[in-house]
Amino acid sequence: MLLKLESKDNYLIARLKGELDHHNSELARQKIDRCFFEKNTSNIILDLRELTFMDSSGIGLVMGRYKNAKDRKGKLIIVNDNRYIERILRMSGLLKIIELYPTIDVAVEKL
Amino acid sequence: MEKNYMKLEFLSKSNNESFSRVVVASFAAQLDPTLEELSDIKTAVSEAVTNAIIHGYEYGEGLITIECIIKDREIEIKISDKGKGINNLEEAMEPFFTSKPNLERSGMGFTVMETFMDTLTVESVEGYGTTVKMTKEVKSLSDEER
Repeated sequence: MLLKLESKDNYLIARLKGELDHHNSELARQKIDRCFFEKNTSNIILDLRELTFMDSSGIGLVMGRYKNAKDRKGKLIIVNDNRYIERILRMSGLLKIIELYPTIDVAVEKL
Repeated sequence: MEKNYMKLEFLSKSNNESFSRVVVASFAAQLDPTLEELSDIKTAVSEAVTNAIIHGYEYGEGLITIECIIKDREIEIKISDKGKGINNLEEAMEPFFTSKPNLERSGMGFTVMETFMDTLTVESVEGYGTTVKMTKEVKSLSDEER
């Protein structure tokens, strides 16, 4: 899995590419958290558009980052347009509390 | 499709999660599944194998066995470990229940398997291991429907 992090004024964009499972979610979590706390941001945009696979380890990753952002009175937004990824997100009930948009530009506007 | 069978055995290492779900998906491919059906099978296998690694063997070394049987349009997938077993199966299968909250596990593993497959049976004996059996019927679609 590839992870690209970009930190802007008050938000962090994490772009995930490839397969997100238990094996690589731990490293992704560490990297995202390090950047989030070092840069002192409060909002996170998780870009999942280039994920080709995600299981419930990904749900855990999203839940944990949502909590970190919320603890700082910030927001976590998901960017996704892949229906397989959306299916597991919806099934987990996460989309009842987390906003999902098709592009980063829209997500930034909604922060 | 006549009957077909395969057996795969591998070490309980997390880098085998991807390997094992891809092998099962490749075996299932002979049923000519849709991308959605393949994605469901891969996800369910990934959940069961991850459970065996984290909970069955608690990151220790052990063997995980996957057996698949194809009969007509149905695939049966059996994933077994010889790990510690589950002491309260009912609790373990509840959505969002996790025995390892510090690891940021979502507790959705069994729920995902139940949702993405047609049937799910879990047999577990404490101290002896766990076997997860799942089946899924792969629909027969015409080319236009794909």
